[in-house]
Amino acid sequence: MENYHEELDRTFGALSDPTRRAILTRLEREDRVSVSELARPFAIKLPAVMKHLDVLHEAGLVMRSKVGRTVTVQLSPEPIREAMDWLRRYERFWSASLDRLAAYAEGKEAEMEEKGG
Amino acid sequence: MTSLTIVRRIRARPSLVFDALTTSEGIARWWGPDDGPVLLAETDLRVGGRYRVRFRMLDGSEHESSGEYLEVVRPERLAMSWRWAGGEDPGQSLVEIDLRAIAEGTELTFTHSRLHDEETRRSHEAGWNGALDKLERHFLASLEHGGAK
Repeated sequence: MENYHEELDRTFGALSDPTRRAILTRLEREDRVSVSELARPFAIKLPAVMKHLDVLHEAGLVMRSKVGRTVTVQLSPEPIREAMDWLRRYERFWSASLDRLAAYAEGKEAEMEEKGG
Repeated sequence: MTSLTIVRRIRARPSLVFDALTTSEGIARWWGPDDGPVLLAETDLRVGGRYRVRFRMLDGSEHESSGEYLEVVRPERLAMSWRWAGGEDPGQSLVEIDLRAIAEGTELTFTHSRLHDEETRRSHEAGWNGALDKLERHFLASLEHGGAK
């Protein structure tokens, strides 16, 4: 359980930065992108981009591979899926609860109307 | 995506919905993700008052959540903090419920937010909703193509 939450923290933490989100969004469009190509649209220097990639890699959000002298980066969607599952548990909880709440309140309303309330 | 919003139209007047949301008798009838029983429902319905609800699921597991009422405006609005007992999900989140009278009864707008830590809250405000949505779409697309596990 601890590990699970640590992983979620890392996922959400990694997603909390606009540069990292921009990198992920680009990787969503393009399957494999080299590090230098990834760095190109940003005003920041390559080492700063590398740092962001480290955070994304640490969170398991990207995979890196080296072909010759070029390092390419690829999206790894598994941690996103876990974060989504976690949110969906809340959705199931409340959706089922509110369905029963509605049925209960509607029963009460019908009772009141019978009594002429 | 760290906040969850659900809207329901209910054929009952707002005061009845509000009471169902806030009385032990009402809570015992609906709280929980399946048809398992509510084992305990305590409410001290005033700003600063606390609530505590324990329920058992059909798989036999028991869960408890508690918190503090932050806003109590019968029959329009209820806000409360939310925390799971034990190690289920660390941290505190926020539940807000607005009830609006409509011709057929009540429109209930439910929001559970701040569902993760401080950092998430900030990032949520910074708008990673859209980014996450896109990534989810990507994930679903790769699933369809059999590309992801």
